[in-house]
Amino acid sequence: MSDIATITDTRLAFVRTKPFDPLPPPIVNSGAIGWLRQNLFSSALNILLTAFCVLMIAWLGPPLVKFLIIDAVWDGASRADCIATPQRPEVGACWAFVIERLGFFTYGFYPADQRWRVDVFFVLLAFGIGWITWLDAPRRDLGMIYFFIVVPLLSFFLLVGLPVLGLPYVSTAQWGGILVTIVVAWVGIVVSLPFGVLLALGRRSRMPVVRMASVIFIEFVRGVPLITVLFMASVMLPLFVPEHLTPDKLLRALIGVALFASAYMAEVVRAGLQAIPKGQYEAAMAVGLSYWQAMRLIVLPQALKITIPNIVNTYIGLFKDTTLVFIVGIFDFLKTIEAARGDVNWAAPTTSITGYAFAAMFYFVFCYAMSRYARYVEHRLRAGDRR
Amino acid sequence: MSVTDTAKPKTAPGPALIYNPRVRGFVYQALLLAAIAFLFWEAASNAFENLARAKIASGFGFWHNTAGFDISQHLIDYSTTSTYGRAFWVGLLNTLVVAVLGIVFATVLGFIIGIARLSTNWLVARLAAVYVEVIRNLPLLLQLLFWYNAVLKVLPEMRDSLLLPGGGFLNNRGLFLPQPVFKEGVGLVLAALAVAVVVSVAYHFFAKRRQVQTGQQSPVLRVTLALVFGLPLLALLLTGFPVDFLYPEKGRFNIRGGMEVLPEFMALLFGLVIYTAAFIAEVVRAGIMAVPKGQAEAAYSLGLRPGPTLRLVVIPQAMRVIVPPLTSQYLNLTKNSSLAVAIGYPDLVQIFAGTVLNQTGQAVEVVVITMGVYLTISLVTSMLMNLYNRRVALTER
Repeated sequence: MSDIATITDTRLAFVRTKPFDPLPPPIVNSGAIGWLRQNLFSSALNILLTAFCVLMIAWLGPPLVKFLIIDAVWDGASRADCIATPQRPEVGACWAFVIERLGFFTYGFYPADQRWRVDVFFVLLAFGIGWITWLDAPRRDLGMIYFFIVVPLLSFFLLVGLPVLGLPYVSTAQWGGILVTIVVAWVGIVVSLPFGVLLALGRRSRMPVVRMASVIFIEFVRGVPLITVLFMASVMLPLFVPEHLTPDKLLRALIGVALFASAYMAEVVRAGLQAIPKGQYEAAMAVGLSYWQAMRLIVLPQALKITIPNIVNTYIGLFKDTTLVFIVGIFDFLKTIEAARGDVNWAAPTTSITGYAFAAMFYFVFCYAMSRYARYVEHRLRAGDRR
Repeated sequence: MSVTDTAKPKTAPGPALIYNPRVRGFVYQALLLAAIAFLFWEAASNAFENLARAKIASGFGFWHNTAGFDISQHLIDYSTTSTYGRAFWVGLLNTLVVAVLGIVFATVLGFIIGIARLSTNWLVARLAAVYVEVIRNLPLLLQLLFWYNAVLKVLPEMRDSLLLPGGGFLNNRGLFLPQPVFKEGVGLVLAALAVAVVVSVAYHFFAKRRQVQTGQQSPVLRVTLALVFGLPLLALLLTGFPVDFLYPEKGRFNIRGGMEVLPEFMALLFGLVIYTAAFIAEVVRAGIMAVPKGQAEAAYSLGLRPGPTLRLVVIPQAMRVIVPPLTSQYLNLTKNSSLAVAIGYPDLVQIFAGTVLNQTGQAVEVVVITMGVYLTISLVTSMLMNLYNRRVALTER
């Protein structure tokens, strides 16, 4: 040891006793540049793709913003405000049209002095939705009763009318716009869940008649387009009931939508039922629960919980499908847009596109919110499994 | 609804009849059957009564009556003097045309976008995600109306038609394309194509056998491409291009000659393709993500390059996950093509459940036939699907 020490001292002029400071990471692999290189320019193909995407954004983005916001007309009273003039050669979206017809889009032909009833209905419904979608809310069991039983009864009398209480009768022919869209979607939601559960249980039943009846109904409804179901409800249903019982037009469409949604819901619930381990059924039987007790207390709570994301996804489809009632002559939100679009008073080149843009925003907000919620629930459920 | 059949030994005194699950099950089923039968009987008797009162004929006699209306797009001969039955076939063919073309384009677009969503390129993945989220969350009907009323109907009028490269025209009355006219000798080209396909299939089997026996691989894809494109091209050259194109000619008020594609058809096709592609993209993404990463890593460690890894290891496993939901997307597309009725494309629902129903008033027969068609398509497809699933399942352990 001492030899080395002497060599160090005498022969070599300098030996480092401490290591070098680490070099900074190469700039091309870290920070913003590194990120860009890795994510956008990692190969010749990627450079090409990036260039293509940038070009596409540049081609679509600015004109869209210009049309929807910069050149848009925000206030006006008629088509004259939304038509290009020499002073204003570029006219974008005609939001004035949407703002002026907003009442029509929301309530349809609902009498103006009674529209507060619709507003109350929206508030009741929003409260119920908030209650049952907030997973940590207090008394969610009461929330379910409120949403599936109390609100339907209350809003039926609220919207249709109860002359005894001073609410004049409003024919469903006067309903329209967002009101009808929400009513159709919500009736589908409220009816399809219990019926879907029953059909799903029926499909897994050991009794051949029950099973066959469920299978035939589910496969039949799922095998045909919703339009034909709506046609059936609107033109065949009046034939099948005695003349004095013929349901009104909206009710017929609601029946069609509810049947359709139930069949799809049944398949979603069935998937949930199949995911519950057999031991759960057997344990429930072993402690002496009856079939309905076992289902209500053991199986369905677990099955429905893991199915929430799929149930919400079915509701998204249902919400989009409500637009189809337009084809059998119901004045839903999309139909009010179509009607207002053809209004002579607002006949300008950009009116149609503005109307569709508004409708698109409406449907997107609702559907996207639902899909985010489904994803949030899925994430939370998985967190429970991770433990 | 009992879950178990508690078979008790005969000697033990059985429970009261009402607690016997078998007896109960039997009674429940009998009640359900009776309820269903009652519903049907009630509906039928009401229907007869209502129809008799409204003096509407019943039965399928109307099938051979003269329709008396015109149809804007018919692939088989049709005129106002044709029968309702003929109108049905015209509508069915129109539905099938738009469904088949829609499926082809939606598959291509959907696979591109699904793979783009998994791209390592951040921008590409983001753009694909935005496409999927926006399109999936808008109703198809809204999209169809947008394409039809806000895009295709505001194209220039006939007089100022847009001239397309290759001699086509585009205006608010549709798309006008050159129509190929086949002359003598085209049979030879078709024969060449048939020969190419047969030889390719034979080569495929030969290559597979050779690989099993000797381990040597053959360039199947390249040989197939060369055959399928090369032989017909050679035949075309030899026969001196027996195909003429009938170009559309623009007059003052209309366009003569060529092939006419209705704007309704284009709007429906655009709408269906763009909408369904978003769903197919999600199916493809889920399928590829379902293949464990270890599969690709194992292939790399065996020395396979990325191309063969994808082709031989990842895609075959992903396809097993992709194909069933993909088929249901195809069915959805076919069923969604019935939205044609909203924009006036003469599909089955528009012609049959629309015009024919209104003219004859025979709601039950017409709706039953229409539903029967879609139901047949659905059931046949799901039957084929089950066959495929069984085949795939066989290769599983």
